[in-house]
Amino acid sequence: MLFFSYFKDLVGREVTVELKNDLAIRGTLHSVDQYLNIKLENTRVVDQDKYPHMLSVRNCFIRGSVVRYVQLPPDGVDVELLHDATRREARGG
Amino acid sequence: MLCKNIAVNPSCQGFSDSGVQEVFPLCTETISVITNDGRNIVGILKGFDQATNIILDESHERVYSTKEGVQQLVLGLYIIRGDNISIVGELDEELDSSLDLSNLRAHPLKPVIH
Repeated sequence: MLFFSYFKDLVGREVTVELKNDLAIRGTLHSVDQYLNIKLENTRVVDQDKYPHMLSVRNCFIRGSVVRYVQLPPDGVDVELLHDATRREARGG
Repeated sequence: MLCKNIAVNPSCQGFSDSGVQEVFPLCTETISVITNDGRNIVGILKGFDQATNIILDESHERVYSTKEGVQQLVLGLYIIRGDNISIVGELDEELDSSLDLSNLRAHPLKPVIH
C-alpha cells in the first residue's frame, strides 16, 4: 500500500518506465492503481530508432507486472519520509 | 463466468471496484497491444476486466523485421489473456496514418523476462 500511495503522489510528474523487455518509455504519470499498473500521457519511447513499435501511441497503459524500473524526477522522493514510512509499515503500525 | 463478468460494449466498463477501470483507456478506441512475447496487435477495444483480459475486434498483428517492411496479418476478433499483456497504447489514428509502415524496419521486440 505504501508504494501505491507514493506513486499517487507522483501523479503529474515526468517519469521514465523501463520494462522487462528493455523498452523504456518516458511520459507524464497520469494514474496508478493497486497493482502498480501505470498510465502515462504524452509518451515517447526513449530509443525510438531502435524501437519504432509505438510511434503512433501518445497515451498508454503499462501492466504493473512488466515494469522493471521507474525512473523518478530528482526531487521526486523524500528519502527521510519514505524511510520512516517503511519502518512504520515493517513494525506493523 | 468470464462472459458474464467481462465488460462488453456499448457500456464497456471494468469492475467498478477495480483500479483497472481508472487507469484503462476508454472503449471503442483503436488500441495497440504489446504482448509479453513481443507481438504487437492493433484493434478496436471491445471489453476488458480486472485481470486486463482484453477483447479486440477487427484486429491485426504488425510483424516487424529488419529484412522487409512491417507485415500486417489479419486476426479478426481476439481475446488476449491479461497475463500475456505488457502495454496497452491508445493509437493516434492521425499519427498512425502518417507512418509509412511498408518502409519501417526494426528488430522484433524482445520477450518479457520476469
